[in-house]
Amino acid sequence: MEKEAYKHKTGFWQGVKSLMSGARLTLRHFANAGKRRKPVYVSDDSYFKQPDGLATLTYPYEALPVPDNGRYRLHNEMEDCIVCDLCAKICPVNCITIESVKATEDIGVTSDGTKKRLYGPVFDIDMAKCCYCGLCTTVCPTDCLTMTPVYDFAEVDIKNMIYHFTDLSPEQAQEKQRLFEKQQEEMAAAKAAALAARKQQQG
Amino acid sequence: MLAFLLTLMLLLSVVIVLAYAERKVAAFMQDRLGPTEAGPYGSLQAVLDVLKLLQKEDIVPAQADKSLFKLAPILIFAAVFAGFAVIPFTPDVVPAGIGIGVFYLLAIVSLDVVGLLMAGWGSNNKYAMLGAMRSVAQIVSYEIPAGLAILSAVMICQSLDFQEISYQQGVLLHAFPGMEYETNWLFGIQALGIDTTTIGGITTWNIFRAPMLLVAFIIYFIASLAESNRAPFDIPEAESELVAGFHVEYSGFRFAVLFLAEYSMMVLVSLVAVVLFLGSWNTPLPNIGAAQLANWTTGSVGALSGNLWAAFWLLSKTFVLLFVQLWARWTYPRLRVDQLMHLCWKVLTPLALAVVLAAGIWRLLMI
Repeated sequence: MEKEAYKHKTGFWQGVKSLMSGARLTLRHFANAGKRRKPVYVSDDSYFKQPDGLATLTYPYEALPVPDNGRYRLHNEMEDCIVCDLCAKICPVNCITIESVKATEDIGVTSDGTKKRLYGPVFDIDMAKCCYCGLCTTVCPTDCLTMTPVYDFAEVDIKNMIYHFTDLSPEQAQEKQRLFEKQQEEMAAAKAAALAARKQQQG
Repeated sequence: MLAFLLTLMLLLSVVIVLAYAERKVAAFMQDRLGPTEAGPYGSLQAVLDVLKLLQKEDIVPAQADKSLFKLAPILIFAAVFAGFAVIPFTPDVVPAGIGIGVFYLLAIVSLDVVGLLMAGWGSNNKYAMLGAMRSVAQIVSYEIPAGLAILSAVMICQSLDFQEISYQQGVLLHAFPGMEYETNWLFGIQALGIDTTTIGGITTWNIFRAPMLLVAFIIYFIASLAESNRAPFDIPEAESELVAGFHVEYSGFRFAVLFLAEYSMMVLVSLVAVVLFLGSWNTPLPNIGAAQLANWTTGSVGALSGNLWAAFWLLSKTFVLLFVQLWARWTYPRLRVDQLMHLCWKVLTPLALAVVLAAGIWRLLMI
């Protein structure tokens, strides 16, 4: 096909025609203002085909859904956590702080059947430091640490960016610590008693 | 005094609606939502904007010519507002029904230019001064085609009284004192033999009585856009390129007054266009046989129905024109200064002169 050079059109009627086509364009958009873009997911057929109507979403009230495997705010389901510390170890920016206390009694199992042996009096994730690499969720043996679809969690005070996931109050944590120390003492005493008894037997 | 207050209240409410409409129309044409938060559908946005402006500090630059600087916004608004005095709102209500209303309006609105220059000069700021000079050059230039277009309408109507011009364009023709024996013919030509006096509606509007007034209307509309510094003729205050024009140094209440004057000017030029060309407060619906649409939608002079219908039609037509102004603003790119002057002096002015000539000949045929 032969290409024609673009010819600049001039003249009064060309001008009128061009003005009219411009006016028609904006009027068409005005007339279509009743239609709205819908907050549909990217897999929806209409996601890329919404030529008519307003493109704006009233963000806090409606938002485009995010992908399931997207990496956003972390959440730890403490019920299922065995306080193994793997996430804190793999974290490249050290944003997870975990302290553990050995349980003195049976504290049940996680939802996938793993036995829980540790209390987690401190399980803090500093989302201000987090780099959203997702390594912690990969290593988590019980899948209790997950990424949620929440991405809008700005805070005025940066301290609020530290999320505390522990299910123990400080008093409870102290109590558990005391129980653990008591058990250790008892075990040490029993051990010492047993040792003394053996020595006596030998001696 | 009552007329003053009523007109002021009406004007303020129309301006508030217009400022809100401007934002919404702009948004819809650009596929946006516009204000949504303040009040239902953001309808209180304009009110809140004004309240915000009123709370702001009134800054007068230290090096400004203080008396000129302070007087200018008031003069600009007063000049525009004085123009409303002669606009007939209904067959009975006209704030000041003087016989030379058109002449008075053209004269008093031109005073606006003095206020603009005062603001630019008084600010003692070269940008404000340049903005004022551009603004004034533009307004003074475009007064010529606008004046000629108005002149052609005046020649057809043979009157400078807005109320008389209004009565001529509808079924109430005989209700005006001194016009009891006048007749409206289709296209103003008696030879066609179609009497439209009792048909009324759109057939007696000035653009229909003398078809060349349609061209005059378009000329007037374009010129009025330039006179109120509206896009596509808004170089004096091109928001996307300049901070502002002559009002760059103004803040707070004084800026609000300038803003109000600009929007009042839009309303005023639309009202004048409606009164002179689009049948004023007359209904657009004609009487067709038994369906007396014009009579039904006119009411009777002196009664409440007549006033309400007239106000309704006048305001509706004005809002249609205001919508067209907004529509043009959000559609067309800004003209360059040389294009602006080219359009005024080489296109609109010769065309307007031709329309004046045609209107004169048409008037001879109308007798």
